[in-house]
Amino acid sequence: MPTVGTNVSRLDGDLKVTGAAQYVDDIDLPSMWHGVVVRTPVAHGRLVSVKRDPAFDWSEVITADASDIPGKNCVAMIEEDVPLIVTDRFRHIGEAVLLIAAPTRELALEARRHVMVDVEELEPVFTLDDAKAARVLLHGTDNVIAEYTIAKGDLAAGFEEADEVVEGTYSVGHQEHMYIEPQGMIAAPRDGGTFDIIGSMQCPYYISKAMHVLMGQPEEAFAIRQAVVGGAFGGKEDYASVVAGYCVVLARKAGRPVKIVYDRDEDTAVTTKRHPGRVHLRTGVKRDGTITAMEIRFELDAGAYVTLTPVVLSRGLIHAPGPYRCANVHAHGIAYATNTPPNGAFRGFGAPQAFFPLEVHIDRVAAACCLDPLAFRKRNCLQPNDTTATGQVLDESTAGLEVLAAAEAHAHFEKKWNEFAAGAEADGGVRRGIGLAFFFHGAGFTGSGEARMKGEAGLRLDADGRIAVLTACTEMGQGSHTVIPQMAADHLGCDLSCVSIETPDTSLVPDTGPTVASRTTMVMDQILKKCAEALQAQLFAFVAETAERDGAALHFQGNQLMDGTEPVMPIADLVRAYRKERGELTVTDHFELPEHIEWNEETYTGDAYPTYAWACDVAEVEVDPETFEVRVKKMWLVADIGRAVNPIMAEGQIEGGSLQAMGYALCEEHKLDGGRFQTDRLQTYIIPTTMDAPAMETVIVEKPFTHGPTGAKGLGELPMDGGAPAIVNAIRQATGLDIRDIPATPEHLYECWKRQHGAKGYERHEG
Amino acid sequence: MAVVTRKLIINGSEQEVVAEPTRRLLDLLRSDLKLTGTKEGCGEGECGACSIILNDEVVDSCLLLFGQLADGDRLLTVEGLSGSQVPGFSGSNDDLHPLQRAFIDLGGTQCGMCTPGMLMAAYALLCRNPNPTREEIAVALAGNLCRCTGYVKIIDAVEGAAKRMREGAR
Repeated sequence: MPTVGTNVSRLDGDLKVTGAAQYVDDIDLPSMWHGVVVRTPVAHGRLVSVKRDPAFDWSEVITADASDIPGKNCVAMIEEDVPLIVTDRFRHIGEAVLLIAAPTRELALEARRHVMVDVEELEPVFTLDDAKAARVLLHGTDNVIAEYTIAKGDLAAGFEEADEVVEGTYSVGHQEHMYIEPQGMIAAPRDGGTFDIIGSMQCPYYISKAMHVLMGQPEEAFAIRQAVVGGAFGGKEDYASVVAGYCVVLARKAGRPVKIVYDRDEDTAVTTKRHPGRVHLRTGVKRDGTITAMEIRFELDAGAYVTLTPVVLSRGLIHAPGPYRCANVHAHGIAYATNTPPNGAFRGFGAPQAFFPLEVHIDRVAAACCLDPLAFRKRNCLQPNDTTATGQVLDESTAGLEVLAAAEAHAHFEKKWNEFAAGAEADGGVRRGIGLAFFFHGAGFTGSGEARMKGEAGLRLDADGRIAVLTACTEMGQGSHTVIPQMAADHLGCDLSCVSIETPDTSLVPDTGPTVASRTTMVMDQILKKCAEALQAQLFAFVAETAERDGAALHFQGNQLMDGTEPVMPIADLVRAYRKERGELTVTDHFELPEHIEWNEETYTGDAYPTYAWACDVAEVEVDPETFEVRVKKMWLVADIGRAVNPIMAEGQIEGGSLQAMGYALCEEHKLDGGRFQTDRLQTYIIPTTMDAPAMETVIVEKPFTHGPTGAKGLGELPMDGGAPAIVNAIRQATGLDIRDIPATPEHLYECWKRQHGAKGYERHEG
Repeated sequence: MAVVTRKLIINGSEQEVVAEPTRRLLDLLRSDLKLTGTKEGCGEGECGACSIILNDEVVDSCLLLFGQLADGDRLLTVEGLSGSQVPGFSGSNDDLHPLQRAFIDLGGTQCGMCTPGMLMAAYALLCRNPNPTREEIAVALAGNLCRCTGYVKIIDAVEGAAKRMREGAR
């Protein structure tokens, strides 16, 4: 029985519900010490001195500074510009100046209180406009971290064709991942100067590469092993290398394992966040509702270092024109350096920063030509054989119209839109509104990224008689370590019980690439199919030789090796017999893009992604006109993900991502003062609770990825992209407020109301 | 600091525990008693990952000090939820509590970091209200943050477990 498409219970479920799952903070190694970090106190400056209080007994602790780094003092990512430990100039609050380890965390924290950091302050840069002015330079000669342009058709001609032009500037704030498990890592020295690194991570091989540069040793000197991870959402993609770096430097000096687990406030203060952004949109449209021109200026605040910003900017910009047909597009994306902690990967990876502006703007464009939001989107939605802004000709897996139709059918959007437009009030005078957002998300790395990566995975015969999947793709809660075995079992044609999955550990599994970019299911699907065929070819040849059978009709069924309809032996016996006779067997293969995929990095044209997932979110809200409190009553979440390998888990991704999007829209506000996050704890950075969460109706559409064996597309990031504009569009319908910025907290809605209603309205409201 | 001694009933078994009175109950459980199923998410009573049951009430173990406990206090952690320690609910086929089973089968756990606390809060709810509405479940879990699920499937799981328990699952 195939398992793809069925609700297999998550394979790590037992461990998680009994408390037996070992997260990094649950791991206690013999003689392990605990590390803490002394950090820069201001946003921009030069380190003058780091002094240890002579009154403190330093004999019980060890400290490490940059002189204790044997390799290059940096956390290698795209560039090598992030120092692990500051020696001179620093660019944000919270950079490391000294590392401390002690037998107990309490003692390490006590020691930290006896370190005095003296700095010379430099003028900081906090806003996009200050960064753009480039009076103070943080990066290069202009503070520009990255810049890209997409150009299609003739923009001027497109605007000439237009009857209406709609223009607007929109902004989005920082967003915190707020995984429930803070960052944490353990480094443990092994014989011969090598290290085990165990912890909370998304991408073991990213850490491997960073350790190689930092420690000046080959990557093979490090076994990077994932502990059970308590949520990541992109936040443990690149930052995990920083924590690993602190631990390994301390462990080398201490000659023993060192663990660092961040406190919540420390995690929130210094780790990466979603890039804040500002987007200017100018759109030409004919009276009949046809889009003729789109001009987009997409600006991101990168924070202090390059980290992953160029890639985030690229994905954001490519998604910025949205799922709309338009012959004339000019989109310019640029990211600037500021003296704030580096912004990095966060579910959606630039796309939520693009879709909030676009989808709020598109409602305004629709209104300009007197079309309702759904009708306008149906009219302009990309369809098979249409070309995207980068010139990609979309294939038959394009499901824009399908998701719009499903949204209409399930949410009764137009009926409610008309009802609420008539000014329907609910009980107690609250205003009601409905809004939607239409969006897509590319699966896998942008452009030729997957072709360069050649993500590798494998299958191995194990002594327990099972076939183990070898992959560096990590389980962070999203369910990959259930979905991957499901696909492996189906490609092998056997029961799920015949398959296992190895712990992601760089000494045990090949480099499949990072667990990011909504790529895991799509990438693993193809590799597993190829590996299953190769493994079976070897196993069946072995059976043909040793059991003198004609191998032609050999196949797996259930837990049996079959010859035609005749059971030959249990698969477990075959696995053991092969190992006994021929020794260990591992087959590996790598992901390849479909042959027709072409991407030009220079011109930013071509096939940006092998396939796209399509979605439409609908939100119904009630707004209290006195307090501006917003209650999201219900969200309809329609998503085409190609194939739901495990429907319950797919729904869980969609619901969870959508609630993060609701937080992004309404309550998740990071306030900065002097480059320091004032909202560095769960008391002040507010994420949605059970009491805030709306009812959700998830509708999965399955229009298969043409070049994937099971048809699965990417899913992880898609649900983060559309919730915020859908909710804000609903608030606009309910209140008439022209909201251009999120989060739309009651305070911000009140400001918006004052702007729109002027002093007279203000007095009336105040009175 | 002088240590104090308390006779506690932890997951059904009596234990004499010696610690400083200012030791956080969470640290006592995780470090001293090696009950690492109880998690720390924020250390200030906001996230609920450290929820345990103290004498039938859900509490944040990060906000309680050892010295606040009294002799005879009953503590239940996630480790005590399965198997025979919990009166009335043990002995199902696989030894998991129906809540634990439902969290696995109905998608109530993803990364799992909030799960022990969620389970304890849900367990306390079902002890006092075996047939809660979805709204009542939401209220009971309002102090437990989850960043993965959107809560829908957590509420599904509690609802499903309650139904199974009313139908006599053991």
